[in-house]
Amino acid sequence: MTTVGIPRGLLYYKYYPLWSTFLENLGIQVVTSPSTNKKIFLRGLNTAESEVCLPVKVFYGHVLELKDQVDFLFIPRIVSVEGKAYTCPKFLGLPDMIKAVENTLPPILNPTFNAKKGIREYYLTFYNLGRKFTQNSIKIAQAFLKARKAQSTFNRNLLKGELLSDILEGGKAPNQDNWSGLRVGLAGHPYNIFDSYVSLNLIKKLKEKEVKIVTGESVPHRRIEKETKHLPKKLFWTYEKEVVGSILYWLKEKVVDGIVYLLSFACGPDSLIQVLIEDESKKFGMPLMPLTIDEHSGEAGLVTRLEAFLDMLARRKRRK
Amino acid sequence: MKITFPHMGHIEFLLKDLFTRLDVDFIIPPPNSTETIKLGVRHAPELACYPLKVTLGNFIEGLEKGADTLIMAGGVGPCRFGYYAETQRRILKQLGYSFEMIRVEPPAAHPIQFIKSFKRVAPKKKIREIWKAIKVSFSKAQVMDFIEKKVLAIRPFEVNKGETTKTKKKAIKLLDQAFLESEIEKAKEEALNLLDSIPQDKEKPFLKIGLVGEFYLLLEPFVNFDLEELLGNMDIYLERGVYLTDWIGPSSKNPVMGVSNEEIAQAAFPYLSHFVGGEGRQTVGHTIIFAYQGFDGVIHLMPFTCMPELIAKSILPKISQDLDFPILTLVFDEQTGKAGLITRIEAFVELLISRRRKGLSPKRLIKIAYRGDSLELTGWKRR
Repeated sequence: MTTVGIPRGLLYYKYYPLWSTFLENLGIQVVTSPSTNKKIFLRGLNTAESEVCLPVKVFYGHVLELKDQVDFLFIPRIVSVEGKAYTCPKFLGLPDMIKAVENTLPPILNPTFNAKKGIREYYLTFYNLGRKFTQNSIKIAQAFLKARKAQSTFNRNLLKGELLSDILEGGKAPNQDNWSGLRVGLAGHPYNIFDSYVSLNLIKKLKEKEVKIVTGESVPHRRIEKETKHLPKKLFWTYEKEVVGSILYWLKEKVVDGIVYLLSFACGPDSLIQVLIEDESKKFGMPLMPLTIDEHSGEAGLVTRLEAFLDMLARRKRRK
Repeated sequence: MKITFPHMGHIEFLLKDLFTRLDVDFIIPPPNSTETIKLGVRHAPELACYPLKVTLGNFIEGLEKGADTLIMAGGVGPCRFGYYAETQRRILKQLGYSFEMIRVEPPAAHPIQFIKSFKRVAPKKKIREIWKAIKVSFSKAQVMDFIEKKVLAIRPFEVNKGETTKTKKKAIKLLDQAFLESEIEKAKEEALNLLDSIPQDKEKPFLKIGLVGEFYLLLEPFVNFDLEELLGNMDIYLERGVYLTDWIGPSSKNPVMGVSNEEIAQAAFPYLSHFVGGEGRQTVGHTIIFAYQGFDGVIHLMPFTCMPELIAKSILPKISQDLDFPILTLVFDEQTGKAGLITRIEAFVELLISRRRKGLSPKRLIKIAYRGDSLELTGWKRR
């Protein structure tokens, strides 16, 4: 059976159900690299250019981990996922960056997803991808529909407030419906937040502190659009727009007591929206803690900062 | 209303001319200095790219001098440059300055907003007058680009050291005095003739290096430590991958540079098959074109953490290996020092000289036809 490897990094955390369901329904065995560990992490760091942002370095590690186990690597080029915005430039050049670094890679499947070209083009991208493995058009169409369905189920579960890592890694979320304790908004890119090695177990640490975690994934798309529509200049990066939109939503609806904003070192768009986010949360008087992670981040420093921040939030809540 | 703008190469020259035509009061911020950079770095986010920090410094210095309106380019992404204006506006407001920020969106994507922003600059002028003024100022700036291009080609051959730089100043002065369209035409001819009259020694041995990379670093001599003059004085013939009017102009033909965006995209295709914002694809494509044009090497300039250039930087080593073509990437930020830069450049130039001596030239993996001024790429293998 043909095997296709999907590296567990970057947009894996957004579209894994879509990609894996589509490929599996074509009769392909999908292989995913293991969760980030020290070996993968170090291999990525040693291979990538030193200034590349942390999640891309980790992605390199996952590619190297997978390359000997699979017939194909699946590294799509995601140019745009909505009409008027792009993704980060790194996603536009990712397959080319990977190709340039290693000579011994298996063939790379890099379909180009560009929502600016419309829904027809979107289907054709899948169709052309499917044609590499089967001549049966109906099978491809069925696989496409099943994949869409899997992705929308996944998105629905996220909206319900389930944590992405719990869904993808099969954990069980505790019942927190009538929560009276602290609620912390955890903002940032899913590939940083939910990669427990990269984020230094941030989610686990917050859970241990008996905090309800709210992530941007649970904010409806409609609200994100509404909140970001009135910015003086529209954001032209979709994923950053989601981060900003969900923070603005939390600020207005006061659904959280404080916000932890996780950034990775050398992330381009984050460096600019950080100014916007800090400015807006100051206006609303919401406590915000930006946490920058890089390959030298230590767990002890993180814990100290987190504890101090949570203590402050608890004090604020008591005073109210 | 007193308007101010950031420095970038000779954009000062273009805007000064335009605002004079539109009868707008303006302040030129003090020239870039270490103080400018210090100011920008202090108030900008740590990981923002270098051009944002320097231009923020320009704005602060301009506001301190009494400006109340800032003009800055916008963009549609995905390069961070498009969000500079908004980020800088927020930072400056937080610092307590009161001003108005006019963001000029690219005319191709937002034609109405483009005109509107100039209407805000000059409310008394009619749209037709504004458009005319933009066109004339643009053509003047284009002449400036031609002068710069010529200077790069002449400097390595000059007989008396430093004469080209002196003559360039004279040529610019000539152009500066021209106001009407006919005068600009005349000034162009005179300025270029003036440069041609510099005594040259064409028999001199020389190296050919292409300069590619991020536009701000290529265009602004202060941040790149006047790299062009430095290399020119080492008897190196230079060609640059970015010119101001090519970059802001509507045409994709790049009349100053002579290589169109389509040709660059085609050349980059085997290594980078999609645009990545900023100058990422131009850097890759132009490097390959330089290799085929028989250049000795390429120097690639980029600001620290620049996203499109970082993609190019990840790909360039592969091109260097495949084509056997020396490429030097220089990363700039506020910490970069001139001495370290010169050492690296000297080592690179030594390498190029020794390659010349051994008779090494880049491999031509793929068939290419080079006819006169236009370049035609044929038979690219798709990877």
